Amino acid sequence: MLNDTATAAFDTPLFRDHAAAGSFAGPPAGTGRAEAPDGRASAGPVAGGAAIVLDDVSKVFPARGSDAPVEALKNVSIAIPQGEIYGVIGRSGAGKSTLIRAINGLERPTSGEVVVDGVAINRLTEAGLRDQRRRIGMIFQHFNLLSSRSAFDNVALPLELAGVSRAATREKVLDLLELVGLSDKKDRYPIELSGGQKQRVGIARALATDPRVLLSDEATSALDPETTRSILRLLAQVNARLGVTIVLITHEMTVIKEICHRVGVIEAGRIIEEGRVSDVFAHPSTATARSFIGSLPGREIPATLAGRLRAEATGASQTVLRLTLTGDPASQPLVTQLARELGIDIALLGGQIDSIGALPFALLYVGVPVGAWAEGPLRARLEAAGATTEVVGHV
Amino acid sequence: MFDWISPAILDLILGSTLETLYMVALAALIGTLAGLPLGIFLATSGKGELFEAVAVNRVLGLVVNATRSTPFIILVVAIIPLTRLIAGTSIGTTAAIVPLSIAATPFIARIVEAAIREVDQGLVEASLAMGATPLQIVRKVLIPEALPGLILGVTLAIVSLLSNSAMVGAVGGGGLGDLGIRYGYQRFMPEVMLLVVIVLIILVQAVQSLGESLARRVNRRVRRL
Repeated sequence: MLNDTATAAFDTPLFRDHAAAGSFAGPPAGTGRAEAPDGRASAGPVAGGAAIVLDDVSKVFPARGSDAPVEALKNVSIAIPQGEIYGVIGRSGAGKSTLIRAINGLERPTSGEVVVDGVAINRLTEAGLRDQRRRIGMIFQHFNLLSSRSAFDNVALPLELAGVSRAATREKVLDLLELVGLSDKKDRYPIELSGGQKQRVGIARALATDPRVLLSDEATSALDPETTRSILRLLAQVNARLGVTIVLITHEMTVIKEICHRVGVIEAGRIIEEGRVSDVFAHPSTATARSFIGSLPGREIPATLAGRLRAEATGASQTVLRLTLTGDPASQPLVTQLARELGIDIALLGGQIDSIGALPFALLYVGVPVGAWAEGPLRARLEAAGATTEVVGHV
Repeated sequence: MFDWISPAILDLILGSTLETLYMVALAALIGTLAGLPLGIFLATSGKGELFEAVAVNRVLGLVVNATRSTPFIILVVAIIPLTRLIAGTSIGTTAAIVPLSIAATPFIARIVEAAIREVDQGLVEASLAMGATPLQIVRKVLIPEALPGLILGVTLAIVSLLSNSAMVGAVGGGGLGDLGIRYGYQRFMPEVMLLVVIVLIILVQAVQSLGESLARRVNRRVRRL
């Protein structure tokens, strides 16, 4: 689904320091970008070929009545290369809706520059903005389908608005319905479709005008886990097959884990952490990122263990470690190797073995003899194996 | 059983029914043609809306409220000069269409406004994101999505026009209400009064059923069995 090379190609430390405004190194707004020869996702030189650039974007909603003005975005700088799936995760009210709406001009930033495909969105007139929006698809949490139109006619709407001929519309719509797996439901009305099917119609509609960018506004938040997975699979497929850059906002870490190449963590209007998904998962640097990652199933310290944990080693038999392994080290037989090489017993207390994007990922709670941990070789051996190790307590 | 209905009375009833239908149909048409855009504008010109024009919105709202709070019979008399200007005369069935339309317009506008406001704002946002112009949003999204409500609203307006039309007898407008007052009340012919009421009931029933079935037919928000 997602290949490793594509992910790796995006691994350019564009914005390591987000707090410092002006660290932005992208192209000046409005200048041409390095066009991929076939228009497909080729993940070229990142900043130059960035499909979407937010440069020091701030948005202040003016005071209303007795409410103070709200700073929804504060000096946000992001560069998203063509063909990437970029996720923004944050709690409600963190500014993610404003951020995604700045990309298609539904919100105009108070300051800063928003460049999509080389066009400075924030400088366009309403008419120019309308043209540009046809190149930016958007899907929504509540689907926003017209109840008065069948699936077919919903997908046809953007083409109708753009004045595309009936015959061309028909062909395009049928293709899109096939792409999203709803050919047999074309004459159904939204009321007759399930949530997942409605979102598939939404995706087909968003792709009708062949956009280069797809914005996803909590598109799976109203869906059950199973349907969420199938919609995410479809988005990944759209990304891989059509080369469409996807920006999604969510409050669910599973969404990020499942399909994103890179992730930005937003809090109080600032991007407080950003990087490759596997890096952020393995080494989250902020408490917010840690808490989002911790919210995934299997990431918490098991309840039966948590109750018995003590900070002091005295009188305890085991030291409990949290091991985080990403990529190759996660697939190594580390636990049995340690046991054999160091002659210690290792208790598996909890955790999760999974993959993030295409990378294997393991998070394990293990109990090792207190003495073995104190001695040191274990520590060195874990480090050599590429594991991030934290002591969470003693039992 | 109906031998107390003389052919002459039947003729009167028939003629008056046609007058009523003529007045109500034209007033409903004019009221809808004027009330629909007015209502759409009222629903979309508030702060932060498609056709933002807060001051105009407020003034139009005031005018609509003023018209709606004037009792119909007073409106009929008060606008006689205007009626004469438009219809050439202030007396007769055709002249009566002027006050009927003027009363129907703000009524329909308010109903249209409510129906349009019922449309999910998410649809407007989605259309804007697709690059729709405000007029396209009105034509392709707001009106189709509000259609069931709009049809029921116009139905309601027609029923209230039927009742208003009974009052235009005051300016020689004719129609069923006028017949009921002149024959039924002033000439002590209760059977005429009864017939007038029966015909009005039938008309209201017919309009209501037609409106409801039409609204049902265009409503795609309920599952069809």
